[in-house]
Amino acid sequence: MRGSAEVLYTAVAAGSFRRYATYRTATVAGVVTNTVFGFIVAYTYIALWHERPHLGGYDQAQAMTFVWTGQALLAVSALMSGGNLDELQERIRTGDIAVDLYRPADLQLWWLAADLGRAGLQLIGRGVVPMAVGALVFPLALPGEALTWCVFLLSVLLAVVVSFALRYLVALASFWLLDGAGLSLISGLACMFFSGMVLPLRVFPGDFGHFVQLLPWASMLQVPADVLLGARTGGALLRGLAFQAGWAVALLALGRLVQRAATRKVVVQGG
Amino acid sequence: MSGTAAEQLIEMDGVEKVFSVRRKEGRLRRVRHEVRAVDGITFRVPRGEMVGYIGPNGAGKSTTIKMLTGILVPSGGRLRVAGIDPARERTRLARRIGVVFGQRTTLWWDLPLKDSYELVRRMYRVPDARYRDNLARCVELLDLAPLLDVPVRQLSLGQRMRGDIAAALLHDPEVLYLDEPTIGLDVVSKAKVREFLREVNAERGTTVLLTTHDLTDIEQLCRRVMVIDHGRLVYDGRLDGLRAAGEGERTLVVDLARELPPIEGVPGARTVKVAGPRQWLVFPAGQSAAPLVAAVAERYPLVDLSVREPDIEDVIAKLYAGGRGGVM
Repeated sequence: MRGSAEVLYTAVAAGSFRRYATYRTATVAGVVTNTVFGFIVAYTYIALWHERPHLGGYDQAQAMTFVWTGQALLAVSALMSGGNLDELQERIRTGDIAVDLYRPADLQLWWLAADLGRAGLQLIGRGVVPMAVGALVFPLALPGEALTWCVFLLSVLLAVVVSFALRYLVALASFWLLDGAGLSLISGLACMFFSGMVLPLRVFPGDFGHFVQLLPWASMLQVPADVLLGARTGGALLRGLAFQAGWAVALLALGRLVQRAATRKVVVQGG
Repeated sequence: MSGTAAEQLIEMDGVEKVFSVRRKEGRLRRVRHEVRAVDGITFRVPRGEMVGYIGPNGAGKSTTIKMLTGILVPSGGRLRVAGIDPARERTRLARRIGVVFGQRTTLWWDLPLKDSYELVRRMYRVPDARYRDNLARCVELLDLAPLLDVPVRQLSLGQRMRGDIAAALLHDPEVLYLDEPTIGLDVVSKAKVREFLREVNAERGTTVLLTTHDLTDIEQLCRRVMVIDHGRLVYDGRLDGLRAAGEGERTLVVDLARELPPIEGVPGARTVKVAGPRQWLVFPAGQSAAPLVAAVAERYPLVDLSVREPDIEDVIAKLYAGGRGGVM
């Protein structure tokens, strides 16, 4: 039983990966956008760090690394968009979701698998290229050992899961809202700021700075970036990963509760 | 759950579905209204039967199908599909049923058709040999071979529909629910889909519940038809019985040797139209045409004749107009 379920969801993830691989033009356009924006943000940060060296505890190379990690993870962690889940939202709105409920598969796991497939392709497509360009042009603080890269990839995986879990909640809200577009927009804006995409969260002073680093969005960019640029090592590294895993579990569990309520609503009241 | 020949695969006993709808009245007041989408329906479908389930828009057809698949919980009554209470064990039942919605798709939009089938294989855990057999069969009968590598978004509606029907059958479901499977299809695609459904029903013994507005589907596929209106069954029986039940009339068209005044004096029939040597006589659908033909031939120079069945559309329109609890 267990084994065949894994086979199914692996197939879903693989299918989603191949599906995103067919969007070649979109991938190329995304790579160009991420690279161009990388340059713009990089020069902004250079100006900023020139005025205030060691802002947020980062030196300039680390700040540059943060910029290019942000560009690399923008699509992977779906920091601005719904990723795969825009489609789920649409299926709920049109009622096509009814078809999905006929299947002997778990809705949340299905979409999680699909989203991981998407993230995998976008890591290769829209992650690697901007990062490589950034590394060629700017001095970056990239780790030398393979182990740090592996831990970084684990942190990215957790970032995607947290991001998925949040977007899944947003998508499920469409069961109650007539149109989920407004919520998606708010969610996207919140994500841009609280993930550290606008400025690294460590830059913000005082209680506010501490507070924003406790929110789930911090899992989506701030933590993996800190792992890569060497701001988290030893105990802080483990705490960072535990922080991500904690939010992942909590939000996935919340998603299950909401999913149950949504299914009950459909089941009792009709589509 | 015994496997006897007379096994009832679908059992509905007094099944009801009441939706509570809140409607605005005045500025702030909201009044709860009850909408009885399905209002006490009872029927049985034995294993291997192909039944037409028809009714006007909003009659309760889709609500019935949703209850039969377990995504809607009935408000009252008893419901079993293959011995399973659908709402309680939706996932267990899902492995044993197939569902096709003409207007929705389960296929993966941007991937080749065959990728969706691979996913179905894993989702339903279809054994390899079985999967290969079933796929080969569907590919042959539904002409899918040239489509397997085509992304679903590039398929025409008819091709996509055939693709969806195949996807619903790869796991050998015991029951197949079809909701408007031929909607929007051209004549050739319709014929292909019908031919395929006939085969599946005949060879696999798959029980089929077919919802459609295209009565030709029903005429060509189902001997039994159920008509639902306002949430109640208004007819359940053989298709030919429906004609009599709807007080339909058959038409006898006769070609005489020459132009003559309207035929008179044939008991049980009246002449409704004359055009040159051709005349049209109508008589009740329940009555035999033979004595009429004899009576006409005895007194008129009969050259040729044909009998036309009542138009099933008219019959059903009459049934709907009859309203609640009409014919049964």
